[in-house]
Amino acid sequence: METLLAILIDGLVYASWLFIVAAGLTLVYGVMKILNMAHGSLYAIGAYSAASLVGWYFGSGHPPWGSFALFIGGAVIAGMVTGLIIERGVLRRMYGRDEVVMILVTYGVLLILEDVTKLLWGVDAYFAYQPYGMIGRVRFSDLTFAGYDLTLIAVAGLVGFALWYALNRTRQGKLLRAVIHDREISLAMGINVTRIFIVTFIIGSALGALAGGLTAPALSVAPGIGIEIIILAFAVVVIGGLGSVGGAAIGALLVGICRALAVHTYPQFELFIIYGVMAAVLAVRPQGLFVIARARKI
Amino acid sequence: MAGRKNVRNYSPVQLATASIVCLLTAALCLGHPPSVRADEGTYKLGLVTFLSGAAAGPFGVPARNAAELIIEAINAGTLPSPYDSKGLAGMTIESTIIDEAGGGTKQVGEFRNLVQRRNVDAVIGYISSGDCLAIAPVAEELRALTIFFDCGTPRIFEDNDYKYVFRTGPTSTMDNVAAARYILELKPNLKSVSGMNQNYAWGFDSWNDFKWAMGVLKPDVDIKTEQFPKLGAGQYGSEISAVMVSRAEVIHSSFWGGDMEGLVLQGAARGLFDNSQGIFTCGETAMFRLSDQIPEGTIIGGRGPFGVFAPASPLNDWFRKSYMDRFGTPPTYPSYKMAQAILGLKAAVDKAAAAKNGKPNKEEIAAALKGLEFQAPSGVVRMSLGKGHQAVQEMVYGQFTKKNGKPEIYNVRRYPAECVNPPDGVKSEDWIKNSLKQTSCN
Repeated sequence: METLLAILIDGLVYASWLFIVAAGLTLVYGVMKILNMAHGSLYAIGAYSAASLVGWYFGSGHPPWGSFALFIGGAVIAGMVTGLIIERGVLRRMYGRDEVVMILVTYGVLLILEDVTKLLWGVDAYFAYQPYGMIGRVRFSDLTFAGYDLTLIAVAGLVGFALWYALNRTRQGKLLRAVIHDREISLAMGINVTRIFIVTFIIGSALGALAGGLTAPALSVAPGIGIEIIILAFAVVVIGGLGSVGGAAIGALLVGICRALAVHTYPQFELFIIYGVMAAVLAVRPQGLFVIARARKI
Repeated sequence: MAGRKNVRNYSPVQLATASIVCLLTAALCLGHPPSVRADEGTYKLGLVTFLSGAAAGPFGVPARNAAELIIEAINAGTLPSPYDSKGLAGMTIESTIIDEAGGGTKQVGEFRNLVQRRNVDAVIGYISSGDCLAIAPVAEELRALTIFFDCGTPRIFEDNDYKYVFRTGPTSTMDNVAAARYILELKPNLKSVSGMNQNYAWGFDSWNDFKWAMGVLKPDVDIKTEQFPKLGAGQYGSEISAVMVSRAEVIHSSFWGGDMEGLVLQGAARGLFDNSQGIFTCGETAMFRLSDQIPEGTIIGGRGPFGVFAPASPLNDWFRKSYMDRFGTPPTYPSYKMAQAILGLKAAVDKAAAAKNGKPNKEEIAAALKGLEFQAPSGVVRMSLGKGHQAVQEMVYGQFTKKNGKPEIYNVRRYPAECVNPPDGVKSEDWIKNSLKQTSCN
């Protein structure tokens, strides 16, 4: 029973973290048809920004609870600014190119951003652990969880709800969905596709940085943290279907629960299970779980 | 007489000048003994350590800093005895540093570049056991003198014989055999352990050595769970829960670098070590960086007598003070091990040069390093395993505490090299399973 509870909670925590990262990635792909390899770098920038701000905040002796607003806000702003620079500086010159070319372009951006983070923050690790212990612990029988980790589940739920609401219940969301369905027709109908692209990329970038910022207190923030996460995020969006936010949520849940199941029952399968799930889904539904196969336009 | 027109007439002054120049050149070329020519030479040294990735902060950069400090001191001749002579047998060290990040395949390419394009005389490097396993056969193929300074897998010299490859740091066997000995001295009635180690050569070797040693020294100890998260995974929530559910009395981990720091942060926040005794075989690198997070009483090791475990000596005092003055933080074990590798090379080059009275070649240096006993800030290093290619040293463990806000170690126990390392020619696994029980540390 205890193991079952542990699997459920561990799976949910891991899924929440994965979902926040993958949501931005899949949103950008859905609207712009860009598989953004630099998303991991945005995650890293969010983590570094948060860690720097936490370090400064606690070093200055401010009231501890204020740090949450600062590091989360700081990470999101850093993500938005970086996203705007990438979109205006690089991507807009590349629109209309083949999706494979865009992968190479964003891969180039990733390499540049990796060096930019090293230039700005150096190679030494940063710690932002103070907020991690502030929410306390929650005890279930002999199992103790960090309150911070459980809060992540709520944050992921909020992010998911906000995205669903924005896409389905607002005028901007409807315009965005129109662009997702057909960029050319949307343009012909007078939708400002360029503006939609900018806003979408900034939101996607902010989500990546938010995930990094939220993770920073539990980690040693060091160069390369963005590379590891991007591989997992790709697995999640591929399982759910590229471009589907709902799919990303289900993909993250599947990966999270299956991984926790493996860790608690057959730890030697932990590495394999994520890609095993992905391979199994793709064998049955090559387009992912939540994307309807469509005829290609010629 | 027709040819006479082609003969140029020189004035006596021109002839005299030419003669003086020739004589001076001849004197410069022939007049100095070979050792003086070596003085004017340089020794090209390739250094490989993590400059990016999670291992850079706790491992790569401290190792690079130590290399910088030691090489400058060697070149200037300002090291304490027995290294107070200038350079490597008089040769100035000219170093090139390469980032170890990127995995074994990339490192093999970088190694070939160092040896074949940059023509380095020797390579010192490698923190990752996976990289060491990949580099060793290539180094042998290229006949490149190579010294591993940090990686720990014992398989390098247990499974192969090398002529040009050396390791001046001890293997992971002694970390884990000593860990088992220490924990059993601390908890003689121990009933259960769990392990959390990284999913690659280092993690498996470390856990197996610990598990085998425990199985021999106290066969009734129950192994509750064995977790092997991916290297660099970052998030260990599920693994921590699995270990918590196992309710083991002791948690063994050979995590290092950012992974170890992440585990300490996440484990401490969840109270993982409240009811279980943690033992981190590589914990020493975090004791200053995460002194507020490491739980009181955690057993930590430093992969040998390094860092806070290093015995006092003029060389160690100089190293600690110079490092602190320059980098503002005490040197941790990667710094010690890098310094040790460079000093091992200096000892070998000086020895080979003294025997030859000139600049030695790599074969002569390798022969000098083989089986060498030399001094390092961590004490005496004996190249006595792997047919003289692998170092052994004593192993030290202690428990972490904070006194007046400063991190310290108490309950320190030193294990002589002979009781935590196999004899030469015997594989770690065979020695642990067949002879460890009969090997005394007293």
